[in-house]
Amino acid sequence: MKRQIPVVLVGLFGLFMIFQYFVPHESSEWIYEFLLDWTIIIGIFAMALGLWSLYRVSVEKIRTRKPAWGYNYLTLVGLFTMMLFGFTSQNGEAWGWFFPFMVAANLTLVMIIQASVTKGHRGLFLGTAGVCLAVCIVIIIFDDTWGFHFETAEGLQSTMFRAFFDNILIPIFATMFSLLAFFIASAAYRAFRARNVMATLLLLAALIVMLRFNPYFGPLSPYMSKASNWLMNVPNLAAQRAIIIGVGLGIVATALKVILGIERGYMGKG
Amino acid sequence: MKKSTLIVMAVVVVLFLLSWVLKASALQPEQGSYILRGFLVTFAAFLTLAVMSFLYQDNPFYKFAEHLFVGVSAAFWMCMGFWTTIVQNLIPRLSTSLADYFMVPQRPEGLNLFFYTPVILGILLLMRLSPRGGWISRWPLAFIVGTTAGLNFIRYLRSDFIKQISSTFVPLLGTQWEGIGPFLSNLDLSASGQLVLLLSNWVVFLGVFTGLIYFFFSKEHKGAFGVGSRVGIWILMITFGASFGYTVMGRISLLVGRITFLFGTWLELI
Repeated sequence: MKRQIPVVLVGLFGLFMIFQYFVPHESSEWIYEFLLDWTIIIGIFAMALGLWSLYRVSVEKIRTRKPAWGYNYLTLVGLFTMMLFGFTSQNGEAWGWFFPFMVAANLTLVMIIQASVTKGHRGLFLGTAGVCLAVCIVIIIFDDTWGFHFETAEGLQSTMFRAFFDNILIPIFATMFSLLAFFIASAAYRAFRARNVMATLLLLAALIVMLRFNPYFGPLSPYMSKASNWLMNVPNLAAQRAIIIGVGLGIVATALKVILGIERGYMGKG
Repeated sequence: MKKSTLIVMAVVVVLFLLSWVLKASALQPEQGSYILRGFLVTFAAFLTLAVMSFLYQDNPFYKFAEHLFVGVSAAFWMCMGFWTTIVQNLIPRLSTSLADYFMVPQRPEGLNLFFYTPVILGILLLMRLSPRGGWISRWPLAFIVGTTAGLNFIRYLRSDFIKQISSTFVPLLGTQWEGIGPFLSNLDLSASGQLVLLLSNWVVFLGVFTGLIYFFFSKEHKGAFGVGSRVGIWILMITFGASFGYTVMGRISLLVGRITFLFGTWLELI
């Protein structure tokens, strides 16, 4: 029963989603929309599960003193801080005791983690966590320059939530991807040698696309641009299409295996 | 920790504080929050440089940025998911009083009690945390897997298979013969002259066909099949080169963005 019911459910819902495509009736479309919405909503619960898993894995790394374990505090503090920012916002222009509150809240978290990973001094850490929590509560009660906003999505518009997005997430994300330029360049230096026809084609196509906006080619610039566009729109399209057909067939075959209960890896062990 | 590492860290901290003070003082005090804005710009610059330092080797600054990113981005997506899906999509369908509390507009179609099902399934998904009831979480998982498999079956069969094949059936013998003059006119690669279009159509058709031959491994690539396979790999090489060039240009533009931030927004040198 533990393994049979999920297989039956997968088969039922999978076959329904295939079947509904061939039934152009509004009730079929209505159920289709329903199921899509349901999937998204359950996905949010899965995200909560992921957050808990991140917490557990990080605490476990701290407890077992894995290599670079100290950085896991940073992950948890970042997680907790951003969550708080998502549900708080200013009531006016002043910040009041908001930042001391954030420090106290994070200290509470760190002390609770310490209490759960340490063998001795558990009482000390729990006591400190209690004091920090008391400070947080006092600030929440007496400071009305900011507040928790569970009612509206105001937290998403709050200065600090957006500031963390703009000044932490975006710089790290953009810089990580821009680093690939260096790694790609070093890979290109090794790979781009016109040793045979295939390597020469690779080299020429890459050069034409990379140099298409280069203004230093003078009268040649427009031709480079046109050749690059042609490369992207014709031979590139053809090969991409061949790849996409292969990928599509693979996905369809995998979906069929899942629906028919041949592939059951999603259930895990047990 | 080595003494040299500690010295480097101390220098970075001093430089960070110096930059914060200078940046805050450079910002207009009358605009408000200049200390906070100074901190955020300095922190963004620090994170950018910390990630870039990976080019030298893995180091504590890179690890700092990496771990912070994991925590902050997880919380960011959780908050976004909560407000956009749970509050906007689910709550107005479940309860009018809850919708009033969260200040979200009610749905024109009214309440829909069927939406308690994804909530129940979501809670069942959280049972994964329980050592004994973990198997129940397979039911919502089966719902998601089944629905997605059925959806992907149809979606990829249509978009990645049927549509790609039908788009490959392009006119290979031209459309309407208007004489040799119009046929040979507009020979520019970017133009849509009859000859250029015809050649492009042939390249697309042969490219897809030979590309698929290359990916067909059930028959040995010998004779005419081998020739087709060889042409296929040439087309694929052109595609890989073009994709490579395209990716490099994208990454370079990101890098330019980060450099502009460092020298413009942070150091104000450009």
